Amino acid sequence: MREFSYVITDAQGIHARPAGQLVKLAAAYPCKVTIAKDGRSVDAKRIMGVMSLGAKQGQEVILQADGEQEDEAIAALSAFMNENL
Amino acid sequence: MYEEREGLIQPGESMQELKGKSVFGGIAIGRISVYNKDESTVKRVKIEDTAAEVKRFEEAKETAKEQLQALYEKALVEVGEVNAMIFDVHQMMLDDLDYVEAITHMIENQGINAEYAVATTGDNFSNMFAAMDDDYMKARAADVKDISNRVVKILQGKKDSVLDGDEPVILLADDLAPSETVQLDKSKVLAFVTRHGSTNSHTAILARTMNIPALIGVKFEENVDGRFAIVDGYNGSVYVEPTDDVVKEYESKKQEAEEKKRLLQELKGKENITLDGKKIKLYANIGGVADVASALQNDAEGIGLFRSEFLYLESNTFPTEEEQFQAYKTVAENMAGKKVIIRTLDIGADKQVDYFNLDKEDNPAMGYRAIRICLTQPEIFKTQLRAIFRASYYGNIGVMYPMIISVAEVQKIHAIVDEVKAELDAQGLPYGDVEQGIMIETPAAVMMSAELAKEVDFFSIGTNDLTQYTLAIDRQNPKLDDFYDSHHPAILRMIQMVIDNGHKEGCWVGICGELGADTTLTETFLKMGIDELSVSPSMIFPVRDKIRSTDTTK
Repeated sequence: MREFSYVITDAQGIHARPAGQLVKLAAAYPCKVTIAKDGRSVDAKRIMGVMSLGAKQGQEVILQADGEQEDEAIAALSAFMNENL
Repeated sequence: MYEEREGLIQPGESMQELKGKSVFGGIAIGRISVYNKDESTVKRVKIEDTAAEVKRFEEAKETAKEQLQALYEKALVEVGEVNAMIFDVHQMMLDDLDYVEAITHMIENQGINAEYAVATTGDNFSNMFAAMDDDYMKARAADVKDISNRVVKILQGKKDSVLDGDEPVILLADDLAPSETVQLDKSKVLAFVTRHGSTNSHTAILARTMNIPALIGVKFEENVDGRFAIVDGYNGSVYVEPTDDVVKEYESKKQEAEEKKRLLQELKGKENITLDGKKIKLYANIGGVADVASALQNDAEGIGLFRSEFLYLESNTFPTEEEQFQAYKTVAENMAGKKVIIRTLDIGADKQVDYFNLDKEDNPAMGYRAIRICLTQPEIFKTQLRAIFRASYYGNIGVMYPMIISVAEVQKIHAIVDEVKAELDAQGLPYGDVEQGIMIETPAAVMMSAELAKEVDFFSIGTNDLTQYTLAIDRQNPKLDDFYDSHHPAILRMIQMVIDNGHKEGCWVGICGELGADTTLTETFLKMGIDELSVSPSMIFPVRDKIRSTDTTK
């Protein structure tokens, strides 16, 4: 199991478009991927759940990957977060 | 009910004015059509063969996705990728396992029809978003409702249409889903007016890019359906049963607006080139990330003045490098390789920000402002420069410095820029080639322009301040109106001097002040040899029209 935390810097937070991109990226890996905010964890491959976190600028989210290709998933997700959020 | 009318113009004895918030300007005159969604027709029905019902749902979902893909492709052409993305997200929502499982479990466990399961699940998810304390996410509630309605309609075998009449109408609705806005036959809609909706909603964004007057937050009664009305997208008003005078006033306003539209259609995509073949850079002035849409819609070749103040004015503390980087990067990416010239902060004078802790000054226009703050507090300046240079990797960025009076100032700026670049190199952060220029807005800069031209790539003349400093006239003082002449020969001679001195050293020279959009002077500027004009987005087509009909040799 691998994880990292990230503080959102994008002014709009994880809004619809980046949520869609994040979900597509997570879905590309066979391992289980979750994203959590304030102790509530959701499946990062499901867009409604990711959007329901309502993660805003300045808030911390924790991304976890568990299973096959978890290292690759974490590397890709970390690059994505830095680039887009 | 409404009485029969002959023609559209009738003296209204009881004109009613409804107020709302404008999300896109324009004038519309015509009949009102109130649009009602038929959401209430979903009945709960017992189902025996639940497996077949789940299959019905799956098939309807696939059809819905195909429709959304078609909408995505339509929107891609009409309003661009950024705005079309929502239909891609809608397709993903339809495939969301939480959503799909909720529906299939409901069909299987409760033995109910697919229509009811989809409508109920849509409501549940929609309520979840509506309950969030975030306006943006609240707007997503409408998205979930929208995709669910689409599936329900397919299950019911209903046609996917919003308008059926032949006469173009002013469309009034509770709210319009993005899909409804895009699939509308635009030739049948004169304006959008909604009770709900936010400036953040996709409908508002789409309406803006589609160039149709649109108002939100208008409280109307259902009985206005079929009545004659005027929508003023500039002041946010709807006039139901307007008086003769109001109709006359708006017919002439509409004519002006149509003249602008005609220019738009005629001139869209055309080059900014004079009759004798001289190409002019015609750029837009913008004050924030949100203005990029109108710059692109008006066919701006680039951004000639991106006022960075909004980042400072909208914040309660110094905006971080990251916040600034994101804003600049967004604009550079949306402009897709077209030039974006960012003016470094111009705080002070009439633009005050508490956290800068600026002293009260007797004469702020001539006080501690703009580049003077930056050179005194280089840490503030460096944060902005780092953000600008980092963003330059993602597009075609230029930077310009305001309120320059001497060569020494420009040399100090270059030294700071060199430090910033060295730091970025050391950190391995990439940046692109950044064109550097200065604003010419003080008489001192005009007189020193021969020397200043050796230091920079371009000049941009800020005519508002230059005029006020040269004529020694405060524009805020109405008593001085008789003395003020925006076409004063002193200003025109100064502009000529700056152009000549700039060209001698290979600098291009532009105007980004209000005078740049003064079409009575366009020909004069072109004959003087101006290379660039940067104007508010709405002035691009009128200025382009002028450029294309000017011969600089005559």
